[in-house]
Amino acid sequence: MNMVNLKIDNINVTVPDGTTILEAAKKVNVNIPHLCYHPDQAVKANCRVCVVDVAGSKKLAPACSSYVYEGMEVQTNTKKVRDMQKGILELILANHDQDCLKCLRSGNCELQALCQRFNISKTNLDETIEALPLDNTNPSLVRDTAKCIKCDRCVEACQKVQEVHALTHSHRSVHYNVAPAYEMPLEQTFCVLCGQCSAVCPVGAIVEKDDTAMVWDAIQDPKKHVIVQVAPAVRVALGDMFNLPKGSIVTGQMVAALRRLGFDKIFDTNFTADLTIMEEGNELIQRLTKGGTLPMITSCSPGWINFIEGRYDHLLDHLSSCKSPQQMFGALSKSYYADITGIDPKDIYTVSIMPCTAKKFEAKRPEMKTNGVQEVDAVLTTRELGRMIQSAGIDFVGLEEDQFDNPFGIGTGAGAIFGATGGVMEAALRTAYEVITGKELPALEFKGVRGLEGIKECTVDIDGLELKVAVAHGLGNAKKLLKQIDSGESPYAFIEVMACPGGCIGGGGQPIKSTMDVKAKRIDAIYHIDEDLPLRKSHENPAVKELYEKFLGAPLGHKSHELLHTHYHSRGMKYNFKELMNK
Amino acid sequence: MNSTETKSFGVLTRDLALKIDSIIEKHQSNSTKLIGILLDIQDVVPRQYIPREVAAYVSEKMNIPLSKTYDVISFYAALSDVPRADYIIQLCDSVVCKVTDNTVLLNTITNLLGINEREATADGKYWLEYTPCFGACDISPAIRINGKVYGNLTTEDSIKAALSQYK
Repeated sequence: MNMVNLKIDNINVTVPDGTTILEAAKKVNVNIPHLCYHPDQAVKANCRVCVVDVAGSKKLAPACSSYVYEGMEVQTNTKKVRDMQKGILELILANHDQDCLKCLRSGNCELQALCQRFNISKTNLDETIEALPLDNTNPSLVRDTAKCIKCDRCVEACQKVQEVHALTHSHRSVHYNVAPAYEMPLEQTFCVLCGQCSAVCPVGAIVEKDDTAMVWDAIQDPKKHVIVQVAPAVRVALGDMFNLPKGSIVTGQMVAALRRLGFDKIFDTNFTADLTIMEEGNELIQRLTKGGTLPMITSCSPGWINFIEGRYDHLLDHLSSCKSPQQMFGALSKSYYADITGIDPKDIYTVSIMPCTAKKFEAKRPEMKTNGVQEVDAVLTTRELGRMIQSAGIDFVGLEEDQFDNPFGIGTGAGAIFGATGGVMEAALRTAYEVITGKELPALEFKGVRGLEGIKECTVDIDGLELKVAVAHGLGNAKKLLKQIDSGESPYAFIEVMACPGGCIGGGGQPIKSTMDVKAKRIDAIYHIDEDLPLRKSHENPAVKELYEKFLGAPLGHKSHELLHTHYHSRGMKYNFKELMNK
Repeated sequence: MNSTETKSFGVLTRDLALKIDSIIEKHQSNSTKLIGILLDIQDVVPRQYIPREVAAYVSEKMNIPLSKTYDVISFYAALSDVPRADYIIQLCDSVVCKVTDNTVLLNTITNLLGINEREATADGKYWLEYTPCFGACDISPAIRINGKVYGNLTTEDSIKAALSQYK
């Protein structure tokens, strides 16, 4: 690789050819201001805040899109540069609703941080905020175009990463805007509510719908028995909110904080992840041995479910009929748990802490009811939990570690790895192998389905039965596997799909600045949790065994079907052009 | 399990869809000719605009995401995403027409038809909008009605005469 020598603020730096000024500057600890630049995305160069002075050029150059060359001399802090950057920020501010005090992004807003850095509080320009109506009619996300700075990061996430194409830029000049086509509210588009847009938005223009007030009310209601479940991906990300190193495992502190917040019982979604494997694994075995639609595809990720129910509703038979671990937990909380505690299901208030914005939508699906009540009453994202802990004044880092409660407090390593892409597949294979063969697995780890490659595949030999499986994360990758199924060329028996890049650890509800580097650290942490657990196979979970003995009977039994399975159905989002033409 | 619940149509009919098919075919289904295709389609849609269902139909036919099609429709002033009217009155907004006092022209049309810029009459007959210069500076101030140019519109009578051809 050709190396290039240059100077940034008189500091010598050597970087590979093809590096941008912005990235080269990072190497020598110079942080050039930026808004539209995102390390995981293509260069957009539309905010212009990153301009720098390059010797020999009259014009200032955008650092995010200008590549280094031999002998280049860059100044990032001259008067000309700073004046320009301040001017640009003031122009952006004039079009930005400065509702900072009660904005969800206050404190981690990139625009706010830059204004602080340049000592700008108000602009003397006329404020002209032309905004579309607030889009807050779906359960997951709130879009406020009055705060949009038109950086296009969300469009990139929606179109290039997820290939959902719900959000687009439209119109031009002063009317340039970011919204769905025809300015429809999100729930009337193919939007899957994955929240990847909210995870990359530099400001508060797209945020999760905040449900913390609802949960505070429930906790403070003496008539309610408030229980909480925490998804596997939250414990390796929540630490980000408290400035801990990325990928820190904070399970113990998290449970302690939840207890201090006032939850009556704290349970682990890893438990129902194990239960999901029992049901889904047996469903796969049944489809393989007794015939059924193959490949079977996992159904844990509600963003993925929204995707297939929206655009690929002709392939719904491929989905496993299992509810997600969140909903399995919810169903059990309003049935089994109500039975053993003697509490009326109506008085049990079930909260989930999820890395996901689409889970809020999933919990509100009308069919997700058990014993006449909603299975999950409120879903908080990792970000919302972090804010609740901050709001309660809990010193998170100094907390003494606590443990999950019974009966839903035991999860195996197989349940833990649900949080990483490939985890559900690996957990299912661990169980399927031993259930089918009756023998112990020679090697527990299926390395072929791990890692951040978009589509992973591997072939597993189960006593002579060759099982070809695939794992996709990010809906753009899932689409490729669906097209294969559509054309009848899919060689797989079983496919795992997670809507978000990296799996749940990269979910749309995770702390802001979850870049690919951070996701890799969280995945490492998840596999550490798995390695450190005494039990690493779902079918060996003693609490799951007890649940089947005492309550459910057998996997895929009558009670399981009633509580743990569902029917996925078309969202009715498509126009039926074929029918129109046949009229 | 596979219910085929779908959205219903307000504007798109089988006849219109067939017309759109032939327009797309005329342009060899070439996505680089999307603007021309959309302009032609707009002409055959009642009230001369591209509703969402039509944009969705074109997108599916041409394998372009609806979001991209909408980006194009909203970018060009010549394409409309809102219903207009049978007759589209385009008022030139360039310097020359301003010098020859197109505000009188605007006020007269507004008084005669009772509509402001980017509004349609209640019967859906007329729509008024500004447009960039269409090269009729020699006969400014000028308007264009459904593509036909009328110039030297300095008196109420001349404006009435132009409008009277569209009933």
